[in-house]
Amino acid sequence: MKMNRIVFLPALALAATLATTGCKHTPVKVTPIPGQPAPTVGDTSGGGNTLSGGGTIGGDTGPGTGVNTQQGGGNTAALDTFDGMIKDPAALAANTIHFAFDSAAIKKSEDANISAVAAALSANANDKLLVEGNCDERGTEEYNRALGERRALAAREALAKHGLSPDRIRTISYGKDKPADPGHDESAWSKNRRDDFVVLHPKAGA
Amino acid sequence: MKKTILNLLTIGLAAIALTGTPAQEINIQSEINVLGQTKPIPIALSGFTGVGAEVLKFDLTVQGFSFVAPDVAQYLISGSDASGVSGTLTDKFAKRELLSRSYNGASLRRQAHALSDDIVFAVTGKKGIGQTKIAFKSQPSGNGAGEIYVADFDGYNPQRVTTDGAIVAKPAWVPGRLAVYYTSYARGNPDIFYHSLTSGQRRVIAGYSGLNTSAAVSPPDGAKIAMVLSKSGSPNIWVCNADGTGLKQITHGDEDSSPCWSPDGSWICFATKHNERRRLAKVPGGGGTVQYLDTTGAPNPTEPDWSPDGKWITFTSQMHDFNICVMPVDGSAPPAVLVGGQNPSWAPNSRTLIYNRSLGYRQILSVLDVFTKQYKDGARATGSSSQPAWAK
Repeated sequence: MKMNRIVFLPALALAATLATTGCKHTPVKVTPIPGQPAPTVGDTSGGGNTLSGGGTIGGDTGPGTGVNTQQGGGNTAALDTFDGMIKDPAALAANTIHFAFDSAAIKKSEDANISAVAAALSANANDKLLVEGNCDERGTEEYNRALGERRALAAREALAKHGLSPDRIRTISYGKDKPADPGHDESAWSKNRRDDFVVLHPKAGA
Repeated sequence: MKKTILNLLTIGLAAIALTGTPAQEINIQSEINVLGQTKPIPIALSGFTGVGAEVLKFDLTVQGFSFVAPDVAQYLISGSDASGVSGTLTDKFAKRELLSRSYNGASLRRQAHALSDDIVFAVTGKKGIGQTKIAFKSQPSGNGAGEIYVADFDGYNPQRVTTDGAIVAKPAWVPGRLAVYYTSYARGNPDIFYHSLTSGQRRVIAGYSGLNTSAAVSPPDGAKIAMVLSKSGSPNIWVCNADGTGLKQITHGDEDSSPCWSPDGSWICFATKHNERRRLAKVPGGGGTVQYLDTTGAPNPTEPDWSPDGKWITFTSQMHDFNICVMPVDGSAPPAVLVGGQNPSWAPNSRTLIYNRSLGYRQILSVLDVFTKQYKDGARATGSSSQPAWAK
């Protein structure tokens, strides 16, 4: 039935079809379309779909599946020193600081909150701190992820000026993925441009 | 500038010229003035009633064709999608048949995509995008946890890649391979994962303190990964090998984001802040002097993506809302503001973009033909879909 529809093929069209399908062992004039090979996302033309080395790259020389703790001269705290610590978001919930639109500068009016956070950490030498930077929804996603990180890092710098060791402070940016207020107006946005401070207590028995 | 667009578009006319019969009634070249305002190639469809018609209309619309009545069409597609796709392409003015084929196997949808690719090649001499793939992130609501998916470029046949129930971001394909990089908060921190789609295995290639995000894989071989890390104290562009080794800091600004590579792998274009103004800039992939790009007329640029032919950079401009813009890399023309949307990613054909646009407070994927400004929304997933990346 299908074959009845086929009329004389101009050479140009035949060449074009061969060039785009690359099928050499199938009947001329009919183009078979491969199905979806499980469990992959489907066929693509040509080779190179599979990776050598069992689907991994670089053999076993890479960082592997564990946390990569190479710090490379960086000045942020090593992640593994925070492993297993217990998050306490309530302790400093009243000290969340807020930012102006598209700014990572800590406002003068937030000095009291920064001082309170520094004091709480100074009073409990075994505690550490997670600073969570957040944005309102009015930036692009990855831009906001960078802006949120910059806000968290700004708080870390301010706390360092209060004598807190940066080694005790981790930062994380949620961009616009963790709004405090789900609304879509300035009232919500002003609440969402913020750093939350989460106290990290030592894990039990540590 | 005009010349460049002419060159892009006149390739589509080459097939007509070859037949020896000039298509005098329709002079596409005379309609070309500035980027984004070129006239589509008029084409008519007959005999297709189901999924074949749907696929052909979608695929060809986003590659510069428009569907018109047969009497004003330059090309006619006749055929059937009743039991297997078959189609014949005729140049109406040259009175020549350019293509006649049947397809079997897989699904009607995939057969129709194959026909659209054959039509695009027959008319333009360029490889079509009908059988290409995308990756994207999907969230139940407009923010928070989500998963990475891959799908056909029109959003059909979505397959979930991750199952973490964590915040995810910015998938990026390895050129020519079924493998992606993406950001996941699955371990409590934004880390960059490499994930093979053939084996399902994944591994962290950047899990440093602070931010690890926006992986961009270097063409043509995926040997280098550009990304945003904050471990030096501010979000900056870093480059490492495909497996995470050989890490090197490339930029030292206050706030850098969204790196992308030039197609030859020699430059990284990224978004940054300079004197508290958001700018686009480029820097050699191995490090060096940062050069700021002129995006006058398109304020607050972010999310650049460099076209595979090297000629264009698309990006998001934030005015009152977000807009997709395209500008020539050589600076020969100012940015053209095309449509509302964010996160543009070039197709392999260097003329079609996929991006996400707002629908209420969620995001949907949409596909745009840059040179005609024609666009179509992809298959709707529930929730919010964003950050599409076109496999190349």
